[in-house]
Amino acid sequence: MIKGVVARISGPVVMAHGMRGSKMYDVVKVGDEKLNGEIIRLDGDEAVVQVYEDTSGLKIGETVANTENPLSVELGPGLLSSIYDGIQRPLAVLVEKSGSFISRGITVPGLDRGKKWIFEPAVKSGDRVGGGDVIGTVLEFNMKHRIMVPPGISGTVQEIRAGSFSVEDTVCTLGDGQKIPLIQRWPVRKGRPYQNKLDPTLPLITGQRVFDTIFPVSKGGTAMIPGGFGTGKTVAEQTLAKWADADIIVYIGCGERGNEMTEVLSEFPALLDPRTGKPLMERTILIANTSNMPVAAREASIYTGITIAEYYRDMGYDVALMADSTSRWGEALREVSGRLEEMPGEEGYPAYLATRLAAFYERAGRVVCLGSGGRSGSITVVGAVSPPGGDFSEPITQNTLRIAGTFWALDTSLAYRRHFPSVNWIKSYSLYLDSIRDWYSESGFGDWKDLRDRTMYLLQKEVELQEIVQLVGPDALPESEKAILEVTRMIREDFLQQSAYDKIDSFCPMEKQYWMLRVILAFYDRITEAMAKGITLSKILKLPVKAEIGRMKELSEVERIKGLIPGIEKAVATLEVER
Amino acid sequence: MTPKSLAIKESRTVSYVSGPLIFVRFVKGVSFGEIAKIILPSGEVRTGQVLDVSRDLAVVQVFEGTSGIDNKLTRVRFTGEAARIDVSIDMLGRIFDGRGKPRDGGPDIIPEASLDINGMPINPYARDKPADFIQTGMSAIDALNTLVRGQKLPIFSGAGLPASKLAAQIARQARVLGEEEVFAVVFVAMGITYRDASFFMRDFERTGALDRVVFFMNLADDPTIERLATPRCALTVAEYLAFTHNMQVLVILTDMINYCEALREISTAREEVPGRRGYPGYMYTDLASIYERAGRIKGKKGSITQLPILTMPDDDITHPVPDLTGYITEGQIVLSRELYRRGADPPIDVLPCLSRLMNLGIGPGKTREDHRNVADQLYALYAYGRDLRRLVAIVGEEALTELDKKYLKFADECEKKFITQSDENRSIENTFSIAWDLFTMFPEEELKKIKMEYIQKYHPAHRTG
Repeated sequence: MIKGVVARISGPVVMAHGMRGSKMYDVVKVGDEKLNGEIIRLDGDEAVVQVYEDTSGLKIGETVANTENPLSVELGPGLLSSIYDGIQRPLAVLVEKSGSFISRGITVPGLDRGKKWIFEPAVKSGDRVGGGDVIGTVLEFNMKHRIMVPPGISGTVQEIRAGSFSVEDTVCTLGDGQKIPLIQRWPVRKGRPYQNKLDPTLPLITGQRVFDTIFPVSKGGTAMIPGGFGTGKTVAEQTLAKWADADIIVYIGCGERGNEMTEVLSEFPALLDPRTGKPLMERTILIANTSNMPVAAREASIYTGITIAEYYRDMGYDVALMADSTSRWGEALREVSGRLEEMPGEEGYPAYLATRLAAFYERAGRVVCLGSGGRSGSITVVGAVSPPGGDFSEPITQNTLRIAGTFWALDTSLAYRRHFPSVNWIKSYSLYLDSIRDWYSESGFGDWKDLRDRTMYLLQKEVELQEIVQLVGPDALPESEKAILEVTRMIREDFLQQSAYDKIDSFCPMEKQYWMLRVILAFYDRITEAMAKGITLSKILKLPVKAEIGRMKELSEVERIKGLIPGIEKAVATLEVER
Repeated sequence: MTPKSLAIKESRTVSYVSGPLIFVRFVKGVSFGEIAKIILPSGEVRTGQVLDVSRDLAVVQVFEGTSGIDNKLTRVRFTGEAARIDVSIDMLGRIFDGRGKPRDGGPDIIPEASLDINGMPINPYARDKPADFIQTGMSAIDALNTLVRGQKLPIFSGAGLPASKLAAQIARQARVLGEEEVFAVVFVAMGITYRDASFFMRDFERTGALDRVVFFMNLADDPTIERLATPRCALTVAEYLAFTHNMQVLVILTDMINYCEALREISTAREEVPGRRGYPGYMYTDLASIYERAGRIKGKKGSITQLPILTMPDDDITHPVPDLTGYITEGQIVLSRELYRRGADPPIDVLPCLSRLMNLGIGPGKTREDHRNVADQLYALYAYGRDLRRLVAIVGEEALTELDKKYLKFADECEKKFITQSDENRSIENTFSIAWDLFTMFPEEELKKIKMEYIQKYHPAHRTG
């Protein structure tokens, strides 16, 4: 084992001497307290280490021991419903070991060694298996957790056993004597292998109207949510974590508030997944590295999260990963880079910021998994971005824009008006509209794209008309344009706005979304027809059916929403032209 | 406690002095973050902290400043200890300087414990969800941006706006409904003037609250760098009171902008790469290490609620200090110069205000069942009224419909009757009844955000009839 000594300490960055022979990104134990750290630069005899724990009290001359392993996570049954810190230490176990406050130098395995799992083999002795092949399953809550041969290993099964095992027990022995336990380890900075990537053709249905209908993201796609403080990034991320139709949710609280994680922890076990009826916590993995926890571990938390996501993807599941917030991760990079005295790029961020961001987002995607059987799985990444001052021209927003497929721009002025989700419909976009169009047609929403495009056209028109109103007042507009303003107001208030806290409205099934939009546009068509006949707008707006449209959100039966269309026709038909 | 090292290391090797920093050469066994005593040729003793240490050099920031330090005779003694503060329940009612030494002329406190001022991060798993409604007696806060126990809710102010008055009023009036217990207050002054500090002191004295307040005073003419330690000392005391003595603690930090200035000063002296407006890149992390010390812990009765005050330079909410603060804290109360000129007291501009934890503290059993609806409705009506104000400036009031004129009037009345309250301490019931009275300006069908059953139950027209 390589052992060196501490030669310089500057915040989370420690320089060690006598480290020749170490590799980049090796994990080291620093000082008498054995603080966890990772080598981030080598220079002759010297190694620069970023330490994942507070370095106060560390002295020059204390030992630095290299474990000669890269930073890895433990993958296996028991991940679901766990809450980890940035380097996969279970926070619940840390409470048992060190009380309510996080103290230093504690090493805890990511997976519980005591727990037993019932293993059911899927192969028999004599079968040939290779990396990624499923050798059996265990039941993790109600999920089939597929135990796979780790990538890079192959051979003939010599012995495979059914029964009850803890994660480190061998369940399968290969011909050459290689033992496969339930657990496997994987270095976090290296993407797990797959066969090939697939095109994004399926949407991730989130139950949020502005997302699913207007700016959808595909399964295996990437989305970014930038917005100033108070625009509802975290609420949006949590809403997605609650309702997205993924099998597994990995939620990374990266440099954010402690109380928010508490909220997730107390809320999720009580909420039920609308598709399976099981508690949401049973499909969720939380990585919490709050803003006051050490900065280097914040940098690692993103990688810890995506590696766990890749593991479940490899089993053939759809995983959604929420990272709140990638800006804090970028800032951690900046802080460490500053301590290394690297030449700064834009706004003090290191020059490799764009590369790192791109490398992270590219780990998303829909893939054909490694191993036989042609399983496919996906990782959808939704990254929140916290631009300073809400200004989107800053480096993290701009670099992410170049990569992300869906852009949900949150708007401070909408948030001030309590329009939530405060997604600005003019600035936002989705690049997946065409690739997922077939799915909508096959699911019975054939004219979805047309409805959406008409909606966007009206909303764009509204912006132009509002400019005129600001100059000359609303009276100067012709009736037909006043009608547009009425309908867009309806689109905004009765369709785009959605309460994350209302029992019914917080999750809106795709069918309901589709019919809600159809009703509003049908209303617009009917009033244009009526106005062509000479009926005044004010008369139409007095129709009680208008108030019914406003209450569509509260309805859970789609049939009643569909029924509004003939209702509108009937009501408008009763109006008579004033002579 | 970390054991004291046996050999006290002392050296006379100060080689370089710049701004608040001194560089000491040929030091052995110095640890990162430890406290150093600097003994000047005159015999004066100052305190410093190690910021960077390598094999032959230690960088020490001197809390009291470097004037009078020479590079020949000055001795530096490394204590081997982290920055600590002695704490005791008897600190209530006392006044301390920015490093926790008594400055009221009274005796030293008899310590019950000696704690590291940096504290340790609360394990998110051990946190308890904030859930208790705090009645501040201020309508704009209680009804629209509810404060709950364990929250951190800053007041964003501008130069000359009455943030101190608001903070003092909240400290005076804050109650958890149904509980007798009053808040203990830890008051942290960082770089504010004597006038501001004495305003708070007189206010606490007048209301007889002085014996449940701990003062930490680093005034405008006190050493700047000391300010970096002041909030940490104070929060350590707050944690001790809350989690050892089970008290409900309200921490008022004023003014955070001065704290950040001190942070910038140190960063510049260390020649670090600056972030926005010269503030260091790690300011977010640094501020978080202060703000995140608010909260509740499972299994403990006490709590820490923070009320930081910060003056936005040039009323600019996008300035790095309010911006980063807003990203860490759970909402914000924003004071507005425009409202102040219009005579609103307190001049709280409710539109940019936010309380992220509001939903945890309101509703049946906590405040009232119609709370959420009332808040949403008031927001909607007021926001639209404010929009119309802009329109009226262009097209004149005559161009508005009758209904729109009502909205315009509502915005005015809301500022006059609901937001403005001067020294009145309003109960939450009282706040609701003012809101409902204002709603009577509109026909019932305009109150779209309120459920029908609540209109039946709480609308004045139904109540009297």
